[in-house]
Amino acid sequence: MDPTRKRHIRLVVALSAALLLASALVYTSFSASSEAKEPSQLARSANAGQSYELTGKVAAGSVSREGNTLLFRVRDRNGSNSVAVRYTGAVPDPFREGREVIVTVRKQGEIFVGEKDSLVTKCPSKFSNEQNKSS
Amino acid sequence: MATLGRACMLLGLAVALYSVAASIYGARAGRRDWVASGRRAIYALAIILSVAFATLEAAFLTSDFSLEVVANHSSTITPNFYKATAVWSSQDGSLLLWVWLLSMWSALVLYFTRNRAREIAPYATAVLAGFAVFFCGLLVLYVNPFGMTSPVPAEGSGLNPLLRNPAMMIHPPMLYAGYTLWTIPFAFAVGALITRRVDAEWIRLTRRFALAAWFFLGIGIMLGARWSYSELGWGGYWGWDPVENASLLPWLIGTAFIHSVMIQEKRGMLKVWNASLVLATGTLAILGTFLVRSGILESIHAFGASTLGTPFLILIGLMTVGSIVLVVLRRSALRSEHRLDSLLSREAVFFVQNLILVALAFVVFWGTFFPLISEAVTGTKASVGPPWFNRYTVPLALVLVLLSGVGPLLAWRRVTVANLRRSFIAPTAIALAVMVVLLLSGVGERPLALAMFVFATFVVGAVGQEFVRGVKARRVISGESPPVALVSLVRRNRRRYGGYTVHVGFAVLMVGVAASSAFAHPRDVRLSPGQSAQVDGYKITYVRPTTNLANEKISLGAIVDVSKDGKQVARLEPSRNYYPSRDVAGLGVIGRFFEGEATSEVGLKSGLTRDIWTAVSPDLNALMPFIAEADKKFAKAGPDLQGLLVTALTERYLNQPPPAQFRFIISPLVMWIWIGGLIVVGGALIAMWPASRSSRRRASAGAAARVARDLGRA
Repeated sequence: MDPTRKRHIRLVVALSAALLLASALVYTSFSASSEAKEPSQLARSANAGQSYELTGKVAAGSVSREGNTLLFRVRDRNGSNSVAVRYTGAVPDPFREGREVIVTVRKQGEIFVGEKDSLVTKCPSKFSNEQNKSS
Repeated sequence: MATLGRACMLLGLAVALYSVAASIYGARAGRRDWVASGRRAIYALAIILSVAFATLEAAFLTSDFSLEVVANHSSTITPNFYKATAVWSSQDGSLLLWVWLLSMWSALVLYFTRNRAREIAPYATAVLAGFAVFFCGLLVLYVNPFGMTSPVPAEGSGLNPLLRNPAMMIHPPMLYAGYTLWTIPFAFAVGALITRRVDAEWIRLTRRFALAAWFFLGIGIMLGARWSYSELGWGGYWGWDPVENASLLPWLIGTAFIHSVMIQEKRGMLKVWNASLVLATGTLAILGTFLVRSGILESIHAFGASTLGTPFLILIGLMTVGSIVLVVLRRSALRSEHRLDSLLSREAVFFVQNLILVALAFVVFWGTFFPLISEAVTGTKASVGPPWFNRYTVPLALVLVLLSGVGPLLAWRRVTVANLRRSFIAPTAIALAVMVVLLLSGVGERPLALAMFVFATFVVGAVGQEFVRGVKARRVISGESPPVALVSLVRRNRRRYGGYTVHVGFAVLMVGVAASSAFAHPRDVRLSPGQSAQVDGYKITYVRPTTNLANEKISLGAIVDVSKDGKQVARLEPSRNYYPSRDVAGLGVIGRFFEGEATSEVGLKSGLTRDIWTAVSPDLNALMPFIAEADKKFAKAGPDLQGLLVTALTERYLNQPPPAQFRFIISPLVMWIWIGGLIVVGGALIAMWPASRSSRRRASAGAAARVARDLGRA
């Protein structure tokens, strides 16, 4: 076979394979993703069983434990609307009232059940001037 | 100090601007004196920024709270090591560290190349000085590391407790060293493309810098993982956090570049690919720095100053567009000198490995930026979690490990079937034998982990075989003893055998990752003193609580006994440290000691076969009524009385301990992640170490012979 033609065929095959893989990547990322929602949005429109990524701040006075389960409420970053979360799993060190958290949840009745080990507390970080002023 | 520091920043900006202008003018007008002046301006910049950095360091070490950055990130009781390293715990200080490192590397590379690459170097100087202009500009116009406080506080806020870990304090400079070093090959690639000098010269000039960039970035990533494992109290070392991913992206593309440049050096192929890879790596290094600072993605790392996002985006946009334009305009000069002879050749494997690395980087990039992509497409911010990342990265990592064993076994250009058989039989046989043993041990339940173990064995076998063959050949030639032959073999070809050692380290590291991901047994359990829990055949008993009042913190912990089959295996002492908050008004005079930042001290028994990891969260609810009462009754208590009250409270915790929440993880082979990392470091050092003069002479003679042979064929 003509070497140029051979090279073209190789290129088309490689590009098709790359396109196929990229399509799979795009499709699965949209289908497997969790929507990021604030508590007020979840309180309005959450569907039972669907996974959401809840983001907000841990409400003051809302943290308690029931055995291995951590109970707390997450409120809007700039507001007081909040939802109750039942969570089991690793709790990051910086977790406490007033901290910004991200947790993957599913609605079960009136509360939101956190996915095991999905709780992330934002590091009150090295670069966060706000935190340093308050501490 | 503030005046000196500020003056240095302004002067640094002016000198960097001059260097850009002088270098470009010198190159365009053919004025060597201006080019030399532009280069010397970079030397001056390195000195000026060294003075600025030393000034800030001195301010931290002397607790000069007249500087805002010192008052916000250090205190008089912060240990000296952390005072020195707290410089880069602030946004301002870390940007200064960035540009200081950039100026040092730039001065170093321009000094080494002062009599070489006369066409490329002026443009490279202008690009490097351009980066310095950008960062000095940020430090002059947006953030000021030498900003003053008024009034000057008597005491500083102290360093964030989470950062008080040696690994965490070395981790940022390592990452920054990696990021800044990647700008060197980037700048020389731009210079080579502008001047159409796209042969392998710019690669040779910057090879060691590219290797060092890869090396430091890798160490930075490993230290971050180690910190996460031992400090963050969740027991993991990698969480696909956007900021973690940001450091992985340039490392992945940089790894591809380090391999593919060998093809250009050996065979004059893949010039477009190499130029694209190094330009992408440089851009990703800036993207990594940008991600850390912009706060555009939800991350465990919350970074305040989002005002830096816009200038960074402009820079990244310029770099991306400029890179694409340059590669497109120079595509004719970047034509390959040779074609791929055979798919069964080392260069073909390198290329496939390159594709895998780029695919990995694309997956990580897509997943990291998915919240922004989904918002742009659907209007809703959505993100993908670790399972999504693992779905793609695990199979790609498997192929990558396998190829890191296949590559060393194949010759350049093409191999014969007989050679293939000779090279592959032993490593394949060893890998298959290990697979049978693992299947009999029940590892087959986790096929991906099994595949990783088998492929890693193949890599170790393949590389081991190459070492054995090399030593045998040396012994035939020189009659040296095996250890001497091994040393002289590596010394004579550091790049090759250093690289092979890196492959072994990578395979070992991935074995640790696969084993600890697939076979870890985590358990969260609430225990009172005397109670036990079973985790993966281990009996874990909460013996008694512990307390400790140290200079800056209160530690509440536990003594935990771990036994198996009635025999004690370990005694662990996890604890939780509470650092006092300065918010007396909000938290109370005593409450502030318990409601401030808290960090975990992990109880860890590491072993070659498994780690027993535990963290404790004491339940402070039982103490809360007493803390509230003390806050009310002793609202005006002085430091001595506060100390007595805190002591009384901790004694109460000790004498009437409430149940505590534990997280136990029995995780196999974690130690091999760190051992693999160390092997990678060792291999990289061997590869980077300058060759002896005699070896260089031999290499030059070899190159001359190859050229003569090629000319003879032509």
